[in-house]
Amino acid sequence: MIRIDNLVKTFAAKRAVDGVSFAVERGEVLGFLGPNGAGKSTTMRMITGFIPPSSGRVSVGGHDVAEAPLRAKRLIGYLPEAAPSYPDMTVHGFLSFAAELRGLDGHARKNAVHRAVERCFLSSVLHQSIDTLSKGYKHRTCLAQALIHDPEVLILDEPTDGLDPNQKHEVRNLIRELGRTKAVVFSTHILEEVDAACTRAIIIDRGRIVANGTPAELKAMSATAGAVMLHAQGASAEKLAALGKVEALDRAFRVYPRDKGAAGDLARAVAELAGREGWKLEMLRTEEGQLDEVFRRITLPDTVNKK
Amino acid sequence: MNSALHAIRTIAKRELVSYFTSPVAYVFLVIFLLLTGFLTFTAGSFFERGEASLSAFFAWHPWVYLVLVPAVGMRLWAEERRAGTLELLLTMPITAWQAILGKFLACWLFLAIALALTFPVAITANVLGEPDNGAIFAGYLGSLFLAGAYLAITCMTSAMTRNQVIAFILSVVICLFLILAGFSPVTDLMVRWASPALVDTVAAFSVVAHFEGFQKGVIDTRDLIFFLSVIGFSLFATGVVLRSR
Repeated sequence: MIRIDNLVKTFAAKRAVDGVSFAVERGEVLGFLGPNGAGKSTTMRMITGFIPPSSGRVSVGGHDVAEAPLRAKRLIGYLPEAAPSYPDMTVHGFLSFAAELRGLDGHARKNAVHRAVERCFLSSVLHQSIDTLSKGYKHRTCLAQALIHDPEVLILDEPTDGLDPNQKHEVRNLIRELGRTKAVVFSTHILEEVDAACTRAIIIDRGRIVANGTPAELKAMSATAGAVMLHAQGASAEKLAALGKVEALDRAFRVYPRDKGAAGDLARAVAELAGREGWKLEMLRTEEGQLDEVFRRITLPDTVNKK
Repeated sequence: MNSALHAIRTIAKRELVSYFTSPVAYVFLVIFLLLTGFLTFTAGSFFERGEASLSAFFAWHPWVYLVLVPAVGMRLWAEERRAGTLELLLTMPITAWQAILGKFLACWLFLAIALALTFPVAITANVLGEPDNGAIFAGYLGSLFLAGAYLAITCMTSAMTRNQVIAFILSVVICLFLILAGFSPVTDLMVRWASPALVDTVAAFSVVAHFEGFQKGVIDTRDLIFFLSVIGFSLFATGVVLRSR
């Protein structure tokens, strides 16, 4: 549905986006990660046709955004960063306006507004003017606007920013549900969301893609991925050292495998060792790896990285 | 074509409704009516002139609009930029032209409403004497185009910045230039050092000179073309500014 080819955007002397390429198909939820200023929003603005790329191509549903902008825009629902809306309008007025601009009239418009209101839990504030709403409601009003025409492609720039934990949970569930039938791209800097909602994640840093894979694949890049955590009375580092490199933690040990591919074997070996030695096992776990550790390692400036 | 008109109408409707849901519209209407009334009857000595025409009324319009039109129009795009709704609007399946025209027409219609509410002046003239109602109609038409020209200029300056104050000041300066271009003290000053051709060129930009014909009841195609081209050029420039992101 979305195809991006070697996208570049230069502002003055700075390359905000520097040769980004990826594709998103229907049924995928792509998480777009990266530190602030990495080029996430700029990339999304180019997909939605708000700013033209300096070079490269974007096509949505087979329509080139530069050549057939209206056709491409019709397929897209877009939640801009900071979720703007017209403060002097009511929620209902604003959503009707969005529906009307999307070419929906009469019954279709009524139904569209109703469906979006239900999906974003806005029925209690439907006739309030937007400037009287709390941040969470304002945010969901703008999200409802993006869903109003049941688009095939959703571009959501930080959809959970400024929401409370319950609302975050609802929005993540909504994204996952929408992702079954649509192509969704959403940006975030909350790493748990990748696990909670994405089928695939891209990490972007200084305008370039530095990692691209499923959440599990990204986590496997972590240094601790495949290591076995052991917490047992009587355990000793010397004995464990026979199985692999050992790191002594607060009250537990972390054993790193010699061969990353055989993580299950290591857990079994540790368990057998504990049995033989008569350690009182309290906790034994193979680590999946941590996304934030991967994130930090590949997005920190090189100087910090070398330490 | 149909969907283009639909988009323009949708944008214009939202814009116009937003004026009347905030106090801005009412404040503007009251100030506009008070100011034109005061200038016509007191400073313009409408009664003392002893003539059945609205020249005392229309003569003030270039000056009244100079402040009031930029005050209404300054938010048109600056506010969309500041609030971030510009991003929302321009990623909708509409063209920038449709958005520009929709917003401009809504604001122009609002100014037309304000102008129409000055009808008591025309009635007064008709009660007291026998004015040339054709000239009054032409005067109103000219005034509407004058307001439209100022408004289009404000549109352009408003698109350049997210700061409404800057948009206001810029458009007042440009409109003031268009008034002063044909003002005799200014042209007299220019004659001393500029070539006659240059003086004539500058004077041709004078809104006052182009508005004068209308007040006399003459709807000259050249005057119409002048106002329409100021509007057209300014709206075109608005489009260029909005798309240079």
